[in-house]
Amino acid sequence: MPKVQGKRRPRGVRSSIALKILMAVTGLLLVGFLYVHMIGNLKIFFGAETFDHYAHWLRTIGTPLLPQDWYLWIQRAVLTFAVIGHITAAVILARRASKARPVKYSHRPKVQGSYAARTMRWGGVIVLLFIIYHILDLTTGTLNPNGKPGEVYANVAADFAPSRWYVTLFYTLSIVAVGFHLRHGLWSAARTLGQQRPHGEKIARAVALVLSVVLVVGYLSVPFAVLIGLVD
Amino acid sequence: MDIQVRVWRQAGPSDKGKMVTYDVKDISPDASFLEMLDVLNENLILSGDEPVAFDHDCREGICGACGMMINGVAHGPEKATTTCQLHMRHFNDGDTIDVEPWRAAPFPVIKDLVVNRGAFDRIIQAGGYITAPTGTAPEAHSTPVPKPDADLAFEAATCIGCGACVAACPNGSSMLFTAAKVAHLGLMPQGQPERATRVIDMLEAQDDAGFGGCTNMGECTTVCPKGIPLTLIGRLNADYRKSVRGN
Repeated sequence: MPKVQGKRRPRGVRSSIALKILMAVTGLLLVGFLYVHMIGNLKIFFGAETFDHYAHWLRTIGTPLLPQDWYLWIQRAVLTFAVIGHITAAVILARRASKARPVKYSHRPKVQGSYAARTMRWGGVIVLLFIIYHILDLTTGTLNPNGKPGEVYANVAADFAPSRWYVTLFYTLSIVAVGFHLRHGLWSAARTLGQQRPHGEKIARAVALVLSVVLVVGYLSVPFAVLIGLVD
Repeated sequence: MDIQVRVWRQAGPSDKGKMVTYDVKDISPDASFLEMLDVLNENLILSGDEPVAFDHDCREGICGACGMMINGVAHGPEKATTTCQLHMRHFNDGDTIDVEPWRAAPFPVIKDLVVNRGAFDRIIQAGGYITAPTGTAPEAHSTPVPKPDADLAFEAATCIGCGACVAACPNGSSMLFTAAKVAHLGLMPQGQPERATRVIDMLEAQDDAGFGGCTNMGECTTVCPKGIPLTLIGRLNADYRKSVRGN
């Protein structure tokens, strides 16, 4: 294709599709992180020593080239930018969408898109609130009953103790919200990045479903293992 | 059959408008939805009231002029059917049917059920054309087109621009319409010279008109009287990405 000559600034970069591509790319990056994070979490089943050692290792990635903790902070910065980009694009698009229909229908049956598709925006808000809580809980330890740096295994075990059932409940709901968000989000990202064949659509939908379910099961296995005493 | 219709009545663009209920009696189940509205309008005229304004032209499902939200579904309950081709036998005796105009900021109501779809014309003007010398049509066989491309281009070209996709979209997006036009021209050899500028220009016109963005819900394709597939939006996205990168 011939290159489009710019009239003003590079044209088209603020179109709704550009914002969608930003959401797709940042979303996929965040899903990649979620998978790595989940695999790390599953190390809890190998015992306290392995798990705490793994957690400590995370701080040493890149050493001696990078000083201790630097890799972690670089990753945190990248993830924060991804989250901000994702949410900013979502807010701009959501506002454009609500402006595009100023008068609502008086009779409107439920939209036929899947439950996951219909709950993308509010589901995203729940996920954001969860991320904030989760960082205060298990990264900084502020809201954790044990909350000692380095005692990762003990912190997790204390977090999901049966007496703190409400934490487990909130965690479960949030992870399920992530699952729904990804079920539509992953497929939608594929479409936004140009997936266009009917057969590919079936594959993309199936892959999105499988990746979402695996993620939910992987994350929920930890609190429920604590709850039934497999991890304590 | 006897039915009740609740119709959106709005005297003009600046009028507030409201739903008004009318009884329509003795309608044949074989009447089309528009014929039912014709009967309603005859009754309204006889009783000295203003008839309900609605768009219509060919009444055989090919022009794209008609279209209204019927019980909250664009073009009513039948799949791949325009309002003019919808028959009253798909409703039950005694039903109350809600009829509303397309709702979207770029489609302002002119009167009752008639909306101004000029925003679609502006999207077409921005890039929905090819540059070709006019005059005698060239020999068709001189420009071979692969069969799958021709079929997909034709499928996209069946879009009649009725606006149902926008009306149904929870985001008030015209992405399916724009995608259909971009695919229909972009698949053809004749459409290649403007392929990259077309997608950018049409998207810019679409955003400028105030349409929302696509969230891949699929409402549009569900109500589309021509069954334009949602996959074309993926094609639009791919074309857009290549155009911006100047691939």
